[in-house]
Amino acid sequence: MQEHASLLPIIIALPLIGFLINGLGGLFSERYRSLKPLIGYLATAAVFVPFLMAVTIFLGMSADSDPIRYHLFTWITAGSFVSDIAWRADQLSILMMLFVTGIGSLIHLYSMGYMKEDVGYWKFFAYLNLFIFAMLNLVMGDNLLLLFLGWEGVGVCSYLLIGFWYQDMGKASAAKKAFVYNRIGDFAFLIAMFMIFQHIGSIQFDAIFAGISTIPTEAAFWIGLLMFIGATGKSAQIPLFVWLPDAMAGPTPVSALIHAATMVTSGIYLISRMSGLYALTPDVMLIVAVVGALTAFVAATIALTQNDIKRVLAYSTVSQLGFMFLALGSGAYIAAMFHVITHAFFKACLFLGSGSVIHAMHHVEHELHHHGKHVHFDPQDMRNMGGLKKYLPSTYMTFLIATIAIAGIPPLAGFFSKDEIVAMVFNAGANYSEIYFVLFGIAMLTAFMTAYYMFRLTFGTFHGSFKFPKLHPEAAGSEKYLHESPWNMTLPLWILAGLSVVGGFMGFPDFVVQTFAGADAHSNWLHGWLIMYVSEAELTLAKSIKWGILIGSIIIASTAVYLAYLKYGRDDVAASDAALQNRFGGAYQLWADKYKLDEIYEGYIANPIVKLSDKVLAVFDLKVIDGIVNLTAGVVNFSGSLVRYVQTGVVSTYAVYFVIGVLLVAGILLF
Amino acid sequence: METLLNLTIYLPLLGLLGVLLVRNNDNLIRWVSLFTTLATFALSVPLLLNFDVAGSASVQFLTEGRHFVPGLDIQYITGLDGLSLLLFMLTTFFAPIVILSAWNSVHKHTAGFYAMLLLLQTGSLGVFAAMDAVLFYVFFELSLIPMYFLIGIWGGEGRIPATVKFFLYTLVGSLIMLVALIYVGYDAGMKVNEGVFISDLRVWTGPEYLIGLEQQTYLFLAFALSFCIKVPLFPFHTWLPFAHTEAPTAGSVVLAAIMLKMGTYGLIRFCLPMFPNASEAFAPMMAVLAVIGIIYGALVAMVQKDVKKLVAYSSVSHLGFVVLGIFALNTTAVQGAVIQNINHGLSTGALFLLVGMIYDRRHTRLISDFGGLSSVMPKFAVMFMLATFASIGLPGLNGFVGEFLILMGSYNSVALNSGWYAILATSGVILAAVYMLWMFQRVMFGQVTNDENKDLEDLNPREFGLLVPVMIFIIWIGVYPKLFTGYSERHVHTMLEQSKIKGDVIAKSADASDMPKWAASLYDITDDLALK
Repeated sequence: MQEHASLLPIIIALPLIGFLINGLGGLFSERYRSLKPLIGYLATAAVFVPFLMAVTIFLGMSADSDPIRYHLFTWITAGSFVSDIAWRADQLSILMMLFVTGIGSLIHLYSMGYMKEDVGYWKFFAYLNLFIFAMLNLVMGDNLLLLFLGWEGVGVCSYLLIGFWYQDMGKASAAKKAFVYNRIGDFAFLIAMFMIFQHIGSIQFDAIFAGISTIPTEAAFWIGLLMFIGATGKSAQIPLFVWLPDAMAGPTPVSALIHAATMVTSGIYLISRMSGLYALTPDVMLIVAVVGALTAFVAATIALTQNDIKRVLAYSTVSQLGFMFLALGSGAYIAAMFHVITHAFFKACLFLGSGSVIHAMHHVEHELHHHGKHVHFDPQDMRNMGGLKKYLPSTYMTFLIATIAIAGIPPLAGFFSKDEIVAMVFNAGANYSEIYFVLFGIAMLTAFMTAYYMFRLTFGTFHGSFKFPKLHPEAAGSEKYLHESPWNMTLPLWILAGLSVVGGFMGFPDFVVQTFAGADAHSNWLHGWLIMYVSEAELTLAKSIKWGILIGSIIIASTAVYLAYLKYGRDDVAASDAALQNRFGGAYQLWADKYKLDEIYEGYIANPIVKLSDKVLAVFDLKVIDGIVNLTAGVVNFSGSLVRYVQTGVVSTYAVYFVIGVLLVAGILLF
Repeated sequence: METLLNLTIYLPLLGLLGVLLVRNNDNLIRWVSLFTTLATFALSVPLLLNFDVAGSASVQFLTEGRHFVPGLDIQYITGLDGLSLLLFMLTTFFAPIVILSAWNSVHKHTAGFYAMLLLLQTGSLGVFAAMDAVLFYVFFELSLIPMYFLIGIWGGEGRIPATVKFFLYTLVGSLIMLVALIYVGYDAGMKVNEGVFISDLRVWTGPEYLIGLEQQTYLFLAFALSFCIKVPLFPFHTWLPFAHTEAPTAGSVVLAAIMLKMGTYGLIRFCLPMFPNASEAFAPMMAVLAVIGIIYGALVAMVQKDVKKLVAYSSVSHLGFVVLGIFALNTTAVQGAVIQNINHGLSTGALFLLVGMIYDRRHTRLISDFGGLSSVMPKFAVMFMLATFASIGLPGLNGFVGEFLILMGSYNSVALNSGWYAILATSGVILAAVYMLWMFQRVMFGQVTNDENKDLEDLNPREFGLLVPVMIFIIWIGVYPKLFTGYSERHVHTMLEQSKIKGDVIAKSADASDMPKWAASLYDITDDLALK
């Protein structure tokens, strides 16, 4: 147990060392940059070895063991404020550590194939390692400030990786947008931290947990709300989610690792960490739940209308994160963490699968150019695809498995975690406030849409016929250039698909086994693992209601899949989309326009501020403030003569004037 | 050791003579200057190593020289304490870097240029080491004169108006300070020195010398005004963008890294311990100006078209944080202000160095003339990004340490008595990301659209080498700030505690019937007689 504490700094240090070696090596040595296998394996090992260490720690832990700590040194201190560089592994953070390093390793391996031809290969792996370093600090930090270091650190890595192909100004803008939206959240996070220190006198987690009950209710409300606002930035919730779809400008492995599996779940982690505080403020809980449910719904509606495969997945991620916040707001921290983990499996698998598809489409473009046909098309647009299952069998199978998982079909992973969430929302409706029943309805509707748009995506991409040659006559016969990705890309896909199949059993619902094996049976391992650690709401629903919700979930998901098959399973994506558009009319247009949020933010907030600064403040600075200075008329004359002396370079004259002036004043004062 | 301290202060003057001796050989001039500044730095290192951290509240390496003027207690006193040590070191540290940065960019009156830089160094070192107010004033002025000429002679096209503006502002500030200084000298003489004028700072800030509330008000305003012009605090900042923009790179770096710090240093050195009641009474007002400066500076920085102007306005914003920290009047925030002084010097100094490097290549400072530089200058891009993120206040780099302590301290400040200052100031972290990253994007990202940028040479070994030490400290302070904040912790804590005691004594002995109504209400003095 505690003897594993010395592993913690090594877990943190290895990715940092990987970053330094690859980063400095690549920066200074042209030759090093060409050693791609070395760079790739080094970076992967720098994440995989920490994974093995995390497994070791995990195996030595039990549900009731004390946190493991490692204190390195005191970081920032002044007056009564102290913060340390110290890490902890407890029941909550070890789960995060496991899947950050585990999925991180798989995505590193995948990237060795995906980024093979890129000139910035070394830089890419350096950034990825740096990201893992920051993310591990976020989840392992023993105090809020170190968590914040990780929090901002992952933001920077996200910035660097979204803007990885910085020569494209659009991508650079997306990177800046992500960073700025995150900073809005960070602003709230910082103030929450100030308030916690004000009331507790420490930002170390154990001290916070011990002192939470002393925080006055009003302060708890504000701290809880501010932390949640912080989370809406990083975890892409209303109103700050608009950066995440744009973040798809980054290379696809980045979308899988940062913008689906790990970084964007930090907000959920933060709130789970602070669950004791949220237990004090039911008002904030309700706000969290409402925002989560609305985000889930809004993002799902947008996802219905998108044709860029990565954008569909991006909105799907926003929507699934909304589910997690809905869970948090319903007091279902364990269900939220459960969904964080299962979502990491299937969404990483989906993103990597989309990467494999894009890789293949790029190859087609490349081959066409090679053969002198200059066809330009969007390799991420679903309308160019179709029928890919024949050419990319592994990608297809894994993508399909992950789609079934996210759609909520049992016994795949997504079904269990989503079912636990909706049950807990219903439970909150029964125990706290009727508003939760409304949220339950929204959640069910969103679950329906999720299954529907995900199968639309899968059918549109892999079923039917390959559309591209039909759209571009020049590209006739180009299907022969389609090929499956190399092993280092398909292996991670299969592992993730496997996890998407079995991952749900870590949280197999107790009531199901209890129905068959008596009231003492327990099958929900995750629940037992975390229950000591979070302020989980008590589930008081009758067994029959739980069964009702479970069966209802299955029916809704199956119906959605069947409808999606009817509409999109027969090579008629465009026609079905048009039909959908006709049916929903203005609403569909609103979804397709992404609710015009970007335009609203830009038009009503960003642009007015820039305009105000440019046309008012900057002018005010020159004309008014500076003008008052210039208007001192008598002085202007004097300065005129001064100028001449400076210009002629007669330094001594000026110095004499200066001395005379000082003496004069001194004389007046003295006598 | 005290000899070493004085040697460090005056060695640059010796180098100046050397420069004048070889004034016709540009190459020799550079080497003499570089050697001098390196030697100065080498001499200052033992001071740092021998500094007694536990005793940082009192002056170390003390020289108490003879009186300058018969009949007046104006002495030559130099020494370092927790407040001045790091600023002193920052000055010796930056000097060789500044000399190297100008290596190939000065083509007229080379000897004069380097002579001015060396004179400036002695002036700056003197300011931080002086422990006598008159001596402080002399060095303060001494450091201004070379800066006038650096901007006026070696500056850009708009250098003349910029110099005039710089001159007017600082002249006004200096004269006001001089008046107040002479007043305090006599007042202190009257009260604690048998009627003889005294300017020993240890006496001025010591526990025996008490200043009445009404006088405190005027004197505080006089000192604060002259230092706030120097900082510069909104609305006294308009000289800075002009001076920074027109100054040669070396001048901008010294201005940002060293000279602006004299203002914030002065506020802590003079105002807090001498005028404890006034500092507390005016804390909210100062904090309001600081917060306006933070947000206003950031917004104006955002829309600048000239990179140097943008960095200059960002200084207005960053130094607003420092002033906010000072007037939060608790150890956490003042410690934040002290370290932020150093941090701003490092990161803004680095930014000016970097901007200077692309100016040397392209002779333009307009953001729109650049674009896509990352592809042609990868090493430059890495350095620029580090400095940018340090300036934005990214945790793990130096800027965060100071900003965080300032905000944390001022949020919980008793003197300010409201979290809103800190909350509004924190919005500066959003704006900083906006203006810095927007600029970075326009300069560094995208395609190279301007043909003149196609073949820009990446950093040469000299440029790379002079940036590396700055970057080392940017990271070092960010990762292990305790080493640096430790130097001033004891000093700041003791100073604040003693000022508090002193302020209480003064307030207790004050009598509402003896002072004008405004003073009584400003200092919350109730009319004891009326109560009786």
